[in-house]
Amino acid sequence: MSVIVRIAGPLRQFMENKSEIEVTATKVEECLSMLESQFPQIKAQLRDEQGKLHRSVCVYVNGNDVRFLQQLATPLKAGDEVSIIPAFAGG
Amino acid sequence: MISSKEQDKYQRQITISGFGIEGQQKLKNAKILVAGAGGLGAPVSLYLAAAGVGTIRIVDSDMVAISNLNRQILYTEADTGKRKASVAQERLHRANSDINVESVDTIISPENVLALAAGCDLIIDALDNYPTRYLMNKAALESNIPFVHAGVYALDGMITTIVPGKTACLRCIFPEPPLPITTPVLGVVPGIMGCLQALEAIKYLIGIGELVTGRMLLVDGFGTKFNEVRVQRNPQCLDCRMLW
Repeated sequence: MSVIVRIAGPLRQFMENKSEIEVTATKVEECLSMLESQFPQIKAQLRDEQGKLHRSVCVYVNGNDVRFLQQLATPLKAGDEVSIIPAFAGG
Repeated sequence: MISSKEQDKYQRQITISGFGIEGQQKLKNAKILVAGAGGLGAPVSLYLAAAGVGTIRIVDSDMVAISNLNRQILYTEADTGKRKASVAQERLHRANSDINVESVDTIISPENVLALAAGCDLIIDALDNYPTRYLMNKAALESNIPFVHAGVYALDGMITTIVPGKTACLRCIFPEPPLPITTPVLGVVPGIMGCLQALEAIKYLIGIGELVTGRMLLVDGFGTKFNEVRVQRNPQCLDCRMLW
């Protein structure tokens, strides 16, 4: 199940300055794990020591916040867009 | 009342469909709080001044540093070491002598935040750190004042307009702050985001167009793309649950 992952802001430097990549995943959790295995440094930016997503990072599937879907168990289908958006403090 | 000089000055925007003299009068009657006179605050305040917003209250406690000048276009090299609030007031007044500019040289705190927001029709979040952004978000909610949030990082920007009781608030979207770091930023990006904040403010005051409410616009300066996501109210939100 190939999905597009978009990232932004401070996460970009941990993904070779790319805006998006394609990964194969059937759930959001699997999508994040694929991303973390490809770019290991991104893990600490996304999760706390217990493996939970930082509360300053939002994950959206096709523009919808997974906190209001099935969290990291939210299913993915081919062509879905997963956006990982951390808060930007800068102004 | 819009004078004939002001009619001449604002002619090119008064002729926008839905704007008119009435719209210009609404801008003249309005008071906007610009919280922060940095990378976002500089373009926001300049464009609000140019558009004829009657009163701009701009708040910052910093001095101009040489490292500000890649993005904080209110200031010049000669301003290094001067208080931002007073330089901003002078520059904005020079840009438009028909408006009032109130500069407040203070650190925004729980003790003064409600007083800073008092009497304002809209708040621009042009801050550079999350603790103060949360303070201002809460003050906007408690005072029932719309709050235009924007943030930047490097070549990326985000913006959403928060309307108390109608949309998600900043803490609904990001319940906890990011780690405090010195943000890398290309000046163009707060320039774009600050202009978008000014656009939101002007549209809100006049009552035209569609605001970026219930969604967040993401500007990807690396790919030159605009994307958006939906933002939803969090019923457990610490800051806005009392409004629902």
